[in-house]
Amino acid sequence: MNTALSSTFFSAPPEWGWLIVWYFFFGGLAGGCYFIAVLIDLFGRPEDRVLARLGYYISLPSLVISAILLTLDLTRPLRFWHMLIESNTYQIMFKIWSPMSVGSWALFIFGIFSLLAFLSALAEDGQLQRPAAKSLRPPGALGSIIAAIGGLFGFFVAGYTGVLLAVTNRPIWSDTPLLGMLFVVSAASISAALMILLAHKSGRTTPGLNALHRLDSWVVALEFVVLIAVMISLGPVFRAWLSAWGLLLLLGVIGLGMLFPLALHWRKEWLGNSNSTAAALSVLAGGFILRMVIVFSAQGV
Amino acid sequence: MPVPIEPVGFYTDTTVCIGCKACEVACKEWNQLPSTNGGVNTLSGDSYDNTRALDGIHWRHVKFIEQFTEDRKDGRWLLMSDVCKHCVNAPCLEVCPTGAIVRTEFDSVVIQSDACNGCRDCIAACPFGVIEVNPASGTAQKCTLCYDRLQGGLEPACSKACPTQSIQFGTIKELKGRAEKRVEQLQQMGEKRAYLYGADEKMLGGLNSFYLLVDKPEVYGLPPDPKMPTRNLASASWFSAFGAVLIGLMGVINFRNRSARENGQEQRP
Repeated sequence: MNTALSSTFFSAPPEWGWLIVWYFFFGGLAGGCYFIAVLIDLFGRPEDRVLARLGYYISLPSLVISAILLTLDLTRPLRFWHMLIESNTYQIMFKIWSPMSVGSWALFIFGIFSLLAFLSALAEDGQLQRPAAKSLRPPGALGSIIAAIGGLFGFFVAGYTGVLLAVTNRPIWSDTPLLGMLFVVSAASISAALMILLAHKSGRTTPGLNALHRLDSWVVALEFVVLIAVMISLGPVFRAWLSAWGLLLLLGVIGLGMLFPLALHWRKEWLGNSNSTAAALSVLAGGFILRMVIVFSAQGV
Repeated sequence: MPVPIEPVGFYTDTTVCIGCKACEVACKEWNQLPSTNGGVNTLSGDSYDNTRALDGIHWRHVKFIEQFTEDRKDGRWLLMSDVCKHCVNAPCLEVCPTGAIVRTEFDSVVIQSDACNGCRDCIAACPFGVIEVNPASGTAQKCTLCYDRLQGGLEPACSKACPTQSIQFGTIKELKGRAEKRVEQLQQMGEKRAYLYGADEKMLGGLNSFYLLVDKPEVYGLPPDPKMPTRNLASASWFSAFGAVLIGLMGVINFRNRSARENGQEQRP
């Protein structure tokens, strides 16, 4: 450890482990799938609504898994509600300058939007006999308002975790302001990838799937640029990644999660029918490894 | 209305610490902190320091820093009893999402164990590595400046036990005066390296537990320039919002353009 690097090297690791890595992954999917579904609902064609429904179907379970993971990660899980209610006074607990406090509320509120969209999707699929639920999604005015506000919360849930890491004193996390942006972009890439994968598996191959493919490639390219920007912004602290974690970042995230799927998008004939499945799987794997490297590498230095 | 109490804290003169660890023992005894590993401790192999670090069950830690030449003909020991700094602008208090961390009437920073849910954000926020989870309570814990003793009109257990007055307790104003005189005295005696760490407001608004050191902060395992976690809040938030806007634009362009293009294709015979 080079202690001359930064004053962040004197803090202690919070021992956020696998539960948090998985939370970052599922939280990204919950927010990402929701806002991609909203984009399809608002700007896609009517026949693509089946694809948007898939996004909502992924969002809610991912959010439920996220909440469970977060609760289990607490050393006193039964006190999870202390995040929302001040336990001694029973007043609202909210600190706008603490990302974990704001994030807890955002998860709670986003849960309502995610549930509404989920129910609406079920109603449209005929799985829920409540015709009124259909109005909870665009194109109606109420549905559009819900989608727009919910989409903003989706973005927030996908990105606040990166801001939370920045608002600490750990090396790497607090040595760059770009992790939130990286997580937002990565949430979009893994969400589009999972939607593509499940759309193929469930036969929801609407024309919008091609647009989703293209969107995923654009987003992965953007993610690559943001990751490079993260590395540059770390300055001398980047040396902390000259380790096995850095190698994993290079091979697992940049190689497998970014360059490989981009190459597959460029050369569509490479793997034939398996092309899009392979690309989606590699983006998902890369997104997971990214979170793993960021969570663990900052705690091992 | 409660009578305002003047801020109190510690001034630690590291030059008179003899490494006896009476402070560690007094702290453990008063606060009823459990032993490590059920009392079956192993030696660290790092000088006489088997406490190793501040954590949930060690709220005082005497650091042993050996500075010897290669041939060991010349050298010195630096000893320093480390503790929570009770920062005037406290990073742990700033990020705590449950309100468990509070500032007391003595200007000290205390974690209320009954409110803490163990999210561990404070551990990542503390630039000094002071806080850890106490396995006995499952909550984040650290020095309370003996809040219960202060309420009873007593001084903290560690400073009371310190046999050399390396750890001194008092009002911050009084302690600063005493510390400045000591630095002056040491300088006059030829110890030109003596200075105060965290006594002025430049460092996190001032540390209510500040130190007299005779080497660089890093040598004592202290950050040279600790900062507030929220220094990154605005920039990180704006960059995230920018990322969201870019994704939104990409989504709109992809889904809109496709609609136009494919509509065009459909019109062909």
